[in-house]
Amino acid sequence: MSVARRVAIVDNERCVGCQLCMFACTRRRGYGGLGFSAIHVKSTGGIESGFTVIVCRACPDPPCQKVCPTGALTVREGGGVRLNMDKCIGCGYCVDACPFGAIFWNPEVNKPIVCVYCGYCVDFCPHKVLTFEEVKP
Amino acid sequence: MTLGKVLYIDLSKRRSWVEDQSELFSDRLGGVGVAIKLLEEELPKGADPLDPDNVIVFAVGPLTGLYPMASKTVALFKSPLTGNLGESHAGGRSAVAIRLTGYGAIVIKGASESPIYLAIHNGRVFFRDASGLWGVGSSLTVGRVIREREPGAGVRTIMRIGRAGERLVRYACVNTETYRHFGRLGLGAVFGSKKLKAVVISGKSSINVKDPASYRKVYDRIYEMATKTALMRKYHDIGTSMNVQPLNTIRGLPTRNLKEASFEEAHMISGENLAENYLGRRVACSHCPVACIHLAALREPYEDEPYFYKTTMISYDYELIYALGSMLGVSDPEGMLRLMNEVEVLGMDAISTGVVLAWMTEAYERGVISDDDTAGLKPRWGDWRVYLKAIRMIVEQPTEFYRDLAMGVAYAASKNGGEDYALAFGGNEMPGYHTGPAAHLGFLTGARHSHLDSAGYSLDQRLLKKGLKPSVEKVVDYLISEESWRQILSSLVVCYFARGIYRPEMVEEALKPVGYSLDVEALRKLGLEILRDKNRFKVREGFNPEKLKPPKRIYETPTPLGHVDEKSMEEAVKLFYERLAL
Repeated sequence: MSVARRVAIVDNERCVGCQLCMFACTRRRGYGGLGFSAIHVKSTGGIESGFTVIVCRACPDPPCQKVCPTGALTVREGGGVRLNMDKCIGCGYCVDACPFGAIFWNPEVNKPIVCVYCGYCVDFCPHKVLTFEEVKP
Repeated sequence: MTLGKVLYIDLSKRRSWVEDQSELFSDRLGGVGVAIKLLEEELPKGADPLDPDNVIVFAVGPLTGLYPMASKTVALFKSPLTGNLGESHAGGRSAVAIRLTGYGAIVIKGASESPIYLAIHNGRVFFRDASGLWGVGSSLTVGRVIREREPGAGVRTIMRIGRAGERLVRYACVNTETYRHFGRLGLGAVFGSKKLKAVVISGKSSINVKDPASYRKVYDRIYEMATKTALMRKYHDIGTSMNVQPLNTIRGLPTRNLKEASFEEAHMISGENLAENYLGRRVACSHCPVACIHLAALREPYEDEPYFYKTTMISYDYELIYALGSMLGVSDPEGMLRLMNEVEVLGMDAISTGVVLAWMTEAYERGVISDDDTAGLKPRWGDWRVYLKAIRMIVEQPTEFYRDLAMGVAYAASKNGGEDYALAFGGNEMPGYHTGPAAHLGFLTGARHSHLDSAGYSLDQRLLKKGLKPSVEKVVDYLISEESWRQILSSLVVCYFARGIYRPEMVEEALKPVGYSLDVEALRKLGLEILRDKNRFKVREGFNPEKLKPPKRIYETPTPLGHVDEKSMEEAVKLFYERLAL
C-alpha cells in the first residue's frame, strides 16, 4: 500500500508571493494561467505584511466530505479526499465546509478544485515554503 | 485565445465594450507592439495630455500568465511631463490579472466628472464612486480601503494614485500592489485629470496552449535558469541597489545634482548596508521566482510617548537611492528611507522628484531662487528633513515656484533660470548613470528618454572594463539594436531583468508551444519596426530630434570614460535618427 502524502507548509514567512506553486498546479493539467489551481497565495493584509499559503491539509476526518450530498467526495485512505467529477453536481457545499478555504472553484466548469496530492507545486517553490510529506495520523 | 480581446472603457459615458483585435496581436505579439498601434488609433493628434482626449492603454502579451518573469504590464499614454509619448511598465500582479480577467489590452478614454474607480472582475466592468477616496492623504490607505471592499485577494491588482496624481504633478506615478509603479512620465497625473483614482482588476482563468508537453519543457528550462544559475542572482541577493558601490567606485554615480559623480558617503546608502541593517522582507511580482523587491523595515519611535514605535516597510531600489540619496547628498539611510516613503505615500516618480529637488538646491545655492520662492524652506545638501517638507510642497503647491516644480525640472528651469544644470533629457528627468557618452546618448534618443530604453550605461561600463573606444557609428548601431530588441521583450511582456534568460533563441522557443512561429530574424525585424512606430508617433505629436539638447552639466563633470564631448554627442544624435530611418 502506498503512503498517503500531502503538500505541507514549512514556513509561510519565507513566502515571497511569487505564486509559482499556483501556476504549477494549473500547468500540470496542461494549461497556462490559474483556472485549475488547488493552492492559493495571498497577502495577509497587504504585501508589507507577508503572505499566507492555502492548500488542502489532507484532514483525516474531512469536513468537506461530510457535506457532499452526492458522494462525489470520498475519504482517501490515510487522510484527505478524492473527487469523482461525474458524481459532482457543483453545489459548492464543500467549499463552505472547509475552514481553510482550501477547496477552490472553477467557474468555467462550475465544479470545485480539490488538491490531488501530487506534489508538483512543491518542485516549483523556489524559497522552500512547501514540502511534500507523509500524512501523519 | 483571449489575448486578442481588447476592453475599451469610456469614462465620460461610463460605458465599456470589447473588440476583437486578434489580428493585431498575432502581427505584433502584444505589450508595446500592440499598444502603440492602439494609442495611434485612439488618440486624437495633438491632444493635450491632461484633456479627456488623452488615452491610456494597458497591454500584456503572449507570454503573460504562461512563463516565469513575464510579469510586466506596459502602459502607453501621452505624457504630461514631456508632452509626447508616455510609456511606463509595472509588475506586481497587474499583468497576470489583466490576462486572466480575459484581456490582452485595456483602453481607457474620456474623463469622469466626479472621482471614480474602476473594478474589473472576471472581465466585467464596474464603475464605482470614489468621491470619498479623493483627497485621502496616503496612497497606501487607498490601497487598504479598496483591498477590503473588493473581491479577488491574491489574483488582483490595485492600481491607484496618490495626492500627487490628483494635484496633477506632471511626474505623479500610478502605484500598484503597494511597491510597484508605473513610475515614469506622469501616468498618475493622467489618472488624476480623468478623475480616475484607481483601477482594480482580478481574474483567475486558464489559458489554452497549443502544445502542453513542449510548453512544460520550455517552462522547466526557463525555471532552471532563473533559479539554479547565476543569471538572476544580482536581482535576488542584494537587488538593484548592488549598483551603488561599483558606480561610485568608477565615478559614475551622479551626486549633488551631478556637480560630482562620486559620493564620499556612498557606503552608507549602499545596497550592502541597507541589506545588512534594514532589509525586512523580500517580495515578488506574480509568476516571478526572483523576488527582487527589497523592503526595508524602518523602526521609528514616537516622540510623545516612551516605548511606542512604528515599523514601516519601505521599498528601495538603485534608482531611488540615486535620486533621493546621492543626488541630494543624503547619506543618512534612515532619512533617505523616509524620503522614499514620502514619495510612495504621495504617489510620485522618485527619479523625477529627486532630480527636481537637486536642481532646486543648486538654484537656491546660486541665488537663482529666493526664500520667497521656496516659502521659507532652505534646501541644503544632505538635509533630508527639508526635502521631506519640499516633497509635500510640490504636491500642495503653495507658491508659484512649487507649481513650476510640479511641472518638472525642464519647465521650472526654463522659467526660473538654471537650465544648464536642470538634468532633463527630452523633458524627462535624468536616471542615475553618469557612466559615459552612451548613457547620455541613450537618455536623449531613447523613445521614452529613460535609461532602460537602450541601456547605454551598461555599454559604457563594459567599454570601461575592456578599455575600448568604439566609433560613434558603432555606439549608435548598438543602441538602436538594443532598443529594438527591448521592444520585443516589452511586447511579450517580459521583465527586462530577465533579459539574460529571454535571449532571442529562448524567446523563439517559448513562443512555439503558444502558437507563434517567429524566428530570431523575424523577431528582430519586428522589434525595429515597433521602435520606428514609437518614434513616428512622437514625430506626429511634435517631437523634433534636432531640438534635443542635453543640459550643459553633463559635459562639465567628467565620466569614468572622460569628459563627454559636446560635438560628438550632437553628431551621434543626428546619426541615430539617420540610421533609425523613420
